[in-house]
Amino acid sequence: MNALHLINDDTPSFILEMIFQLKVKDVMTRDIMTADRQASLKTIQHMMKAKAVTGIPIEENKRLFGIVSLEDIIRALEGGYIEDTAEKRMTRNLIVLEEDMPLSFAINYMDKYRYGRFPVLNISKELVGIITSRDIINKLLLRINEEMTQLENRLVKEPDHTMDSYHKTYICHRFDFENAGRASTEIKKYLKGLNLDRKLIRRVAVASYELEINLVVHSQGGTLHFEAENDRIRLTAADQGPGIGDVDQVMKEGYSTANDWIRSLGFGAGMGLPNVKRVSDEFAIKSKPGVGTTVISEIVIKKGETDENK
Amino acid sequence: MKISDLEKELGYAPLWEGYEDRDILDGYTSDLLSDVMGNAPDDSVLITIQAHKNTVAVATLAGINAIVLANNRPAPEEMIEAAQEEGIAVFRADENQFTASWKIHNILTK
Repeated sequence: MNALHLINDDTPSFILEMIFQLKVKDVMTRDIMTADRQASLKTIQHMMKAKAVTGIPIEENKRLFGIVSLEDIIRALEGGYIEDTAEKRMTRNLIVLEEDMPLSFAINYMDKYRYGRFPVLNISKELVGIITSRDIINKLLLRINEEMTQLENRLVKEPDHTMDSYHKTYICHRFDFENAGRASTEIKKYLKGLNLDRKLIRRVAVASYELEINLVVHSQGGTLHFEAENDRIRLTAADQGPGIGDVDQVMKEGYSTANDWIRSLGFGAGMGLPNVKRVSDEFAIKSKPGVGTTVISEIVIKKGETDENK
Repeated sequence: MKISDLEKELGYAPLWEGYEDRDILDGYTSDLLSDVMGNAPDDSVLITIQAHKNTVAVATLAGINAIVLANNRPAPEEMIEAAQEEGIAVFRADENQFTASWKIHNILTK
């Protein structure tokens, strides 16, 4: 039940490095509740309930004598000896970890002994904490989060500036309304810097915003790729699903699959893709259910659409 | 009309001070962001009840200079921050969208 199955031949090296580098003391809970040997099981039962924990170490002056687990309490209730002292009924044959051990030890112990928690001792054999599978999962998730954030930041290509071309990829996450519109705002600022005609910039903004919102509202996440090259601007929205069953239907104005809370934010009017098509000189949509959708919008910069001529 | 006329003439409360007092040439009333995005005129004022950050994004992209939140809709802090960052003036009106639109239209055609 508590086995983590984290370490095997297929484990990515990043995960392995992480669990070898992290020490038990980096992950364990330090602020723990303990009881002394004379405490009754009933008292311990109340402590567990109050703090929502499933094991209380029996400790005096930092010396660990045993542990009373939820299973011990259940057995005491069944056996009718809930008033007994901890000393009489606690689990004594404890498997403990040392705080300087790598986290991989703790994971192996969880897999091997099927205990939900291990007391942690320091080098002087004093009790300094407890480590549970929950602690491990929390810490690993946090670390993976940090690492993924860095990875993603590296994935977003730096703008590539050459004489006549510019491109940039933006990552859009499902339901990330917080950042929705950011890519379009940046694209608009870039085009403003080129002194393009205001109407043309507006057309690009409509297309990029709708494509961005579509990724946020409807996809599992995807990318918006922006290219400006010589006389044209190309926007490519590509996602990893869920895909569209009937492409003709989603191109009809007023058709939307957005749910009520998305509509309450002012989205889901069924105007997104029709809007994109209307402002585009070239428009293409390809979709496969279960695979994903790609939408390409091209806008041609015609002569006279730069502000110099105004 | 000027953005500041929304304060001076109509008594709408600005949700942040120090906005650039630009011209307003037109108005648009809608709560559907795609509709605003696709159809709101440039240099317009948007009359809406959508009080959130995405409204600011749409206003920025659509070239809207000011937002009027009708029916005293409270604006979240992050919306005001975003508006300040993008230089979009935001006002709160205790009237509904119909009345606010009618009053603003009157000033625009004066």
